[in-house]
Amino acid sequence: MKKIINDPNQVVQDMIDGLIVANSKHLKQVPDTFVVARKDAPINGKVALVSGGGSGHEPAHAGYIGKGMLDAAVCGEVFTSPTPDQVFEAIKAVDGGAGVFLVIKNYTGDIMNFEMAAELAEAEGIQVETVIVNDDVAVEDSSFTTGRRGIAGTVFVHKIAGAKAERGASLNEVKAVAEKVVANVRSMGMALTPCTVPAAGEPSFELAEDEMEIGMGIHGEPGINRGSIATADEIATTLTEKVLSDRDFSGDVAVLVNGLGATPEMELYIMNKKVHELLAAKGINVYKTFVGEYMTSLEMAGCSITILQLDDELKELLDAESIAPAFRM
Amino acid sequence: MELGVPDIVKWFDFANKKIQHHKDYLSALDRPIGDGDHGINMARGCKEAINKIMTKNYAEPSEVIKDVAMALLAKVGGASGPLYGTAFLKMSMAVKGYEVLSLSTLANGMEAALAGLKQRGKSDIGEKTLIDVWSPMGDYISTGEISSDGLIELARDALETSKDTMATKGRAAYFKEKSIGHIDPGSASSFYIFEALAEVIKEKE
Repeated sequence: MKKIINDPNQVVQDMIDGLIVANSKHLKQVPDTFVVARKDAPINGKVALVSGGGSGHEPAHAGYIGKGMLDAAVCGEVFTSPTPDQVFEAIKAVDGGAGVFLVIKNYTGDIMNFEMAAELAEAEGIQVETVIVNDDVAVEDSSFTTGRRGIAGTVFVHKIAGAKAERGASLNEVKAVAEKVVANVRSMGMALTPCTVPAAGEPSFELAEDEMEIGMGIHGEPGINRGSIATADEIATTLTEKVLSDRDFSGDVAVLVNGLGATPEMELYIMNKKVHELLAAKGINVYKTFVGEYMTSLEMAGCSITILQLDDELKELLDAESIAPAFRM
Repeated sequence: MELGVPDIVKWFDFANKKIQHHKDYLSALDRPIGDGDHGINMARGCKEAINKIMTKNYAEPSEVIKDVAMALLAKVGGASGPLYGTAFLKMSMAVKGYEVLSLSTLANGMEAALAGLKQRGKSDIGEKTLIDVWSPMGDYISTGEISSDGLIELARDALETSKDTMATKGRAAYFKEKSIGHIDPGSASSFYIFEALAEVIKEKE
């Protein structure tokens, strides 16, 4: 393992310290927790947004805190859901009396920990609503399984629900628009190399030099197939077609080409070129494009494609101001 | 047979030692069908639980169990934290008010813990989760006539059965048929917890 760290067991705290001093004007750490919050939280009368999950997906989620997006993010250990007490602390730190909205990625651990926190908060009289993001089309969507995973599409939920809350919407209105994003967003990823959780010290899986895995999850969960490495155009075609086949996209969409941590921007732009060509050929108009690292997987090489169907409301909220360090609009 | 505060403390002490000892093995079990950190997370949580209960005096077992639950809840993370946290929290509530736990009180505690696991995990027996170990353990204890050897044997059988089950809940569920033949890490850590309980009971036989 070759990493720029001090102590594998201190990476989350060290990262938070660095994040806070880099954004000391806008962010604060809730004392004795791994919770990062807006410096001006709680904001009286505004619905507060809280998200979080295991660390290792930076800039998700703490990079999305700021006016126009999240009020707080809970940083779990690397690839491990944060615990209920931590999520509860985040809820208490940002509750401004209008209720707290939790954005949860669809993983068993995240759901259980956030639900327990919601129960604790409700017991203290704080109104809590949640949305579960499950945009990864690589996983079969079945009521008999854990269901689809939440990946890069989560960032659009943060952005749009955050903008809605900033305009003074009620808790139910924020939930409604978040559910609309979830219903309209699909993603699919692929990986070229594994990554190493610092405390584990060795990669969680292996991929041969000439192999890639289509549909792999952001913690190295299995994908649809493992095969020989293909060209960028072939990879972009595979991912985009799978996303398009899952839902009817038309009119205006937003596209997010996301790097998993070790893929250069050059390669992401090469992917993006093909994604745009494929969408244009189908008569789908790309209203806005985001290319970069939004939901990573430590130093994994690979990428994901996210497509969000837009309507007038979603366009307006997507365009709204955000001062979050990793998503300035 | 009755279990008092020192026995319950000993139960978690033994369980912690087993989890620490098998930490790497539990993570290795988690690697092919999960994310490879079950041992690390359980070791961190159990250490915290032991640090807490070893330095305190307790009037009754339920208080020990509650402290263990809260430590696991706060320190394990992942899915295992809320599952084990819920199980022991429900157990402690079910045995509250008893200075010593009779077998039937313990059985009530197990029943409450199991109900908590099912509710928290939206799961049931046969989905390749720790419920596959907790459920037969609860059934056995509720028979009212148990032996330490019987407990260990049954726990081992449950673990083996779970190995041949296909996962439909938790992270292993993404692997579908490929999960068959792998030991579920949560069932393995539960096995150590009940092996520890059996050893406490053995000392009293």
